[in-house]
Amino acid sequence: MTPEEQLARHTRRGFIALGAGAIVVAGGAYAIKPAPDDADIPSPLRKVLGFNEKVVRSTIFSDRNLTRTYPNSAIKFLKKNGDFGIEEKIDLSAWRLQVGDKPLTMDDLLSLPKYDQTIDFKCVEGWSVVTRFAGTRLSDFTARFAPGGADSKFVGFQTPDKTYYVSIDQPSANHPQTLLAYEMNGEPLTQDHGAPLRLVIPVKYGIKNIKRIGSIEYTNDRPKDYWTEQGYDWYAGL
Amino acid sequence: MKVLEEKHKLATRWFHWINFPILTAMIFSGALIYWSYDPYRIGLGKFTLFHFFPTRFYEITGIGYQLAFGMALHFVLAWIFAVNGLAYVVYTVVSGEWRELAPDRNSPREALQVAMHDVGFKVPMPPQGRYNAAQRITYSAIVLMGGCSLLTGLAIYKPAQLHWLTALLGGYEWARWEHFWLTMGYVGFFGIHIAQVVRAGWANFRSMVGGYDLVEQK
Repeated sequence: MTPEEQLARHTRRGFIALGAGAIVVAGGAYAIKPAPDDADIPSPLRKVLGFNEKVVRSTIFSDRNLTRTYPNSAIKFLKKNGDFGIEEKIDLSAWRLQVGDKPLTMDDLLSLPKYDQTIDFKCVEGWSVVTRFAGTRLSDFTARFAPGGADSKFVGFQTPDKTYYVSIDQPSANHPQTLLAYEMNGEPLTQDHGAPLRLVIPVKYGIKNIKRIGSIEYTNDRPKDYWTEQGYDWYAGL
Repeated sequence: MKVLEEKHKLATRWFHWINFPILTAMIFSGALIYWSYDPYRIGLGKFTLFHFFPTRFYEITGIGYQLAFGMALHFVLAWIFAVNGLAYVVYTVVSGEWRELAPDRNSPREALQVAMHDVGFKVPMPPQGRYNAAQRITYSAIVLMGGCSLLTGLAIYKPAQLHWLTALLGGYEWARWEHFWLTMGYVGFFGIHIAQVVRAGWANFRSMVGGYDLVEQK
C-alpha cells in the first residue's frame, strides 16, 4: 500500500468510529431526554441517581460527618421560599403531631432534650443562608415516641393538609444534626417557617426540610416525596 | 517522498472524543443548574459590567426551568467525565507521554512567541515536538482544571459528607464560584481551540480523527 492509501484507510476508520460514536451519543441523548408533558425525569437518569445514593451511603455517609456550624453573628435573613402545605394559617393550639395512632402535643416534644445549632441552610436552587434552629433530635423523638421506628428503612412526613410530604432514609433521620425544630434564630417558629414544628435536616437540601409537620410514619416502603414526583433526586443528600 | 506519520495516539483520540460531548453536556446541564441561582457578575461594588447571564441569553438558549433535569444529567454524566479524565491522566503518566505535554522552563517564553506568531506578528515559530509551547501550557492547564472541576464539584455536591474538602476550597459558596469560573475557562478554551483547529486546516483535523498524516521524509 502507498502511504496515501494507508492514510486513507486510517482516516476512513477514524471517521467511521467517530460517526458510530455520534450515533451512540444521539441515542443516549434521546434516552435521557425528558418527555415534554412529564414532570419526572427519564428512568435511566433515576437509576444512576439511585446508584449514586448507594455509593454515598456505603462510603462517605457517617453520623460523624457534621455540617459546619457557625457563630450566631453569621446569621442572615432566611426568606420564605415555599408555602406548599402552609398556605393558610392554622390554630397552633389545636395542632397535634400524629405518630401512628398517637396524637402528640408540643409539651411531648418539649419534654425531650433541646439542641441548638447554627447551620448553613442549603436550598436546592444553589443558595444558602446561615440560620439558627433549635428543637429536639429526631433520633431522640423516635426512641421515645416510636419505639422500634429506628429499625424502619424510611421516615415519612406530611403537612396536616397532606399537600406537602417528604420521605428520608433512616441513617439521615438518625443523624445527630437532624432536628424537629420549634425555634428559629432564638424565636418560636413563625407560621411562614413552619410553626409549630418543622424538620431541619442539614444533611439534605431545603426541599426535605418540611414545614408544619402534621404526621410522621416509620416504614419499610418508601413514602411518597413531593419533589421526587417533580423530577428531583429522592436522596437529595449533602 | 512522503511517508505516513502517527500524529495522535489511538488512546489520546478516544479520550479526546469521549470528553468532547461529555464536557459539552456537563456545561449545558451546569447552566440548567446555575440558572436557578445566578448571582455571578463582572463588576465592582454597585457597578456591574456583565451579569451571568442576561435574561436574553436564557431566552435564546432555552436554558431555564429545568433544574431537576439539569441536576440529574450533571450527576449522571459526571461519572463519565471523571472516569475518562482520570483514565487519561493515568495513561499519560504510565505511557510517558506526559513528557510531550508538560511545559518545561522554556515554555512560557516560547508560548509568548507562538501567541505573537499566531496573531500575525513576524516572529518565527520556536522549534517544537508534538505540541508547541502554547499547546503544552494550555493542554496541561485544561487537564488540571478538569481535576479542579471534579474537586470543586464534589465539594458542592456533598458539602456535609466531604466537609473537609469544602472547607479547603473556602466553603460552600466559594466552591460554587470556583466551579463556575472553571467552566467559563472551558468556554473560553473552546472558542480559541476551535479557531486554532480551523486555522490549522483539514489535515490537522483529520489526524485528530484518524491519527495519521503524510510528511516529507527527512
